[in-house]
Amino acid sequence: MRCAWQNPSQPEPCCGVAMSDMTAWLVVWPVAVPLVGAALTVALWGRERAQTNIGFLAIALQLAAGIVLLQHVWENGPVAMAMGGWSAPFGIALAADVFGAGLTVVASLVAFLILIYSLTDTDADQRRAGFMPLILALMTGVAGAFLTADIFNLYVWFEVTLISSFGLMVIGGRREQLDGAVKYAFLNLLATTFLLIAIALLYGMTGTLSMADLSGKVAALPADSPIETVALLFLMSLGMKAALFPLHFWLPAAYHTPLPAVSAIFAALLTKVGVYSLIRVFMLVFPDGAEIAREAMIWVAVATMIIGALGALAESDIRRVVSFTVVSGVGVMIGGLAIGTQAALLGTTFYIIHSIIISAALFMAAGMIARAGGGTRIADLAGLYKGSPFLAVAFLLCGLSLAGVPPFAGFWPKVYLVQAGLEAGAFGIVAGILISGFLTLVLIGRSFALIFWRAAPQGAPIVASDGGALMKGALGALTVLTFVLGIYSAPVANMAGRAASELLAPQAYIGVVLGRSGQADAGAVEVRP
Amino acid sequence: METVLALLVGLLFAISAYLLLSSSLIRLILGVFVLGNATHLMIFVLGRLTRESPPLIQYGLKAAEPGIANPLPQALILTAIVISFSLFAFLLVLSYRAYQSLDTINTDEMRVAEPEPAGTLLRGRDV
Repeated sequence: MRCAWQNPSQPEPCCGVAMSDMTAWLVVWPVAVPLVGAALTVALWGRERAQTNIGFLAIALQLAAGIVLLQHVWENGPVAMAMGGWSAPFGIALAADVFGAGLTVVASLVAFLILIYSLTDTDADQRRAGFMPLILALMTGVAGAFLTADIFNLYVWFEVTLISSFGLMVIGGRREQLDGAVKYAFLNLLATTFLLIAIALLYGMTGTLSMADLSGKVAALPADSPIETVALLFLMSLGMKAALFPLHFWLPAAYHTPLPAVSAIFAALLTKVGVYSLIRVFMLVFPDGAEIAREAMIWVAVATMIIGALGALAESDIRRVVSFTVVSGVGVMIGGLAIGTQAALLGTTFYIIHSIIISAALFMAAGMIARAGGGTRIADLAGLYKGSPFLAVAFLLCGLSLAGVPPFAGFWPKVYLVQAGLEAGAFGIVAGILISGFLTLVLIGRSFALIFWRAAPQGAPIVASDGGALMKGALGALTVLTFVLGIYSAPVANMAGRAASELLAPQAYIGVVLGRSGQADAGAVEVRP
Repeated sequence: METVLALLVGLLFAISAYLLLSSSLIRLILGVFVLGNATHLMIFVLGRLTRESPPLIQYGLKAAEPGIANPLPQALILTAIVISFSLFAFLLVLSYRAYQSLDTINTDEMRVAEPEPAGTLLRGRDV
């Protein structure tokens, strides 16, 4: 077979168009800064004060870089940078559109607040065991996944987040953690291996790995190509990462075991990376076709919403309750992708942002409840309102936002999604969103009543500890954020709308990744029959 | 040649599926390892086999001539091998630590993080 890279008539595969453009460097910093931070903190192993300072600095700089990138993308459209000057589709490119850049900003903002929370949550020994290097490596992987334009590179970023999450999972070394980590490690490793298999099959059919290049080449494949199989493999492997039913069971088996700060960052970011990748793959690589996978996605999404909410209702441990609500939220996001219209993708993007904030907040609150009440079993928790009124109010407000009650940020994405579902005739998804929202409301009301309002046993001391100023500050900031984004939702809705338009019409993204003239696309791959 | 390798990949996938269905951690580790190697071999075959023409660019030329072996699968497999080897090492250590601390390698008995349902959320006097 003759591949594009063997064609001597091609221009030299260096001096990519993006290289000359200095603004393209913007897309590198959100990935590079935490990576450098991770390397520095590894070099300073054991000196936890210095590591902590570097960690805060790196995440703050990542946030700043993300904001600058988002502003640039907002004003000038997508940017791309060919790594090492090897222009796409031959080299690996990083690329940012509003969707990827926006999620990077929200991810580093929430990570910063989780770092503040972790100052109280972790002790010096746990920080010395590599907390900060692993968090920074995790954030590198998350930003890399949000900003890469190459599908094999996406797999590598998945592995970067996975390896650092394994390390974070077992910091503390309690028996439950090892038990949870075994299940988490095996099932996530299987999921990424299946992702690699799907990528390999796609490469075998098209001869390219650049998602922008794949976009056209998958559509041009002969009709008897096994596109459906590959699309279903992507749905399965990325769905497993995102915790979609029926492959969600590893999440509630593991997310309640590590340190609360670690649970918070996992719940906020890791499932969303899976959701992001599903959206990217199905909007860019399989923009149409893949009918079986899309049909499956509808029912998987509905089942995930309902099973997640029912699982949360059946649980008796507050941290596992919160874990199941993460699963339910993933169903809502994938429901929007399954509908696939402008309004639905707007709702999904908004919901991802909302879910990053609210999952972190609820896991933080669950950690503080465990501190104040001395355990996580709801049966053992009672009367915490007296000692921790702030925690009670924050938990209730965040819970209401999770259930989708106005005026919180959780309300708007569900409005958009329900509206989009009714317009598109996807009544199963509409019913799923409404039923799971109702079940979540019941769940939050019940948890609040049992944990905070139920009378404590006679003679039980009133514990006034709810974590101290740093924990309260981090949780309070997220609560205020979800409230403000509900009252003043226009900026996020605008951003999500832009992201949805760009996902539906990815020509600008494809153009900027492949070089503006589009000449890199000229050498078509001839695949042997 | 490709047919033979494709059959071998299928056989390795079958072996790993059989191992992964076990409840013993050791077999699970081996299953993951075989699955990883099957995937690497699959990438190699999917990149098309070209014999006796290494992917080198001749001196003086700026691009390779048509007909050389595809170098990309080798780069992909190298990346994937490094990742799967490091994760394999991690899984071994994790399983050993889990065995020390939980005293079992049978996944059916690993119920510390997920105890049998604790029953009710209420206590006697709440009802």
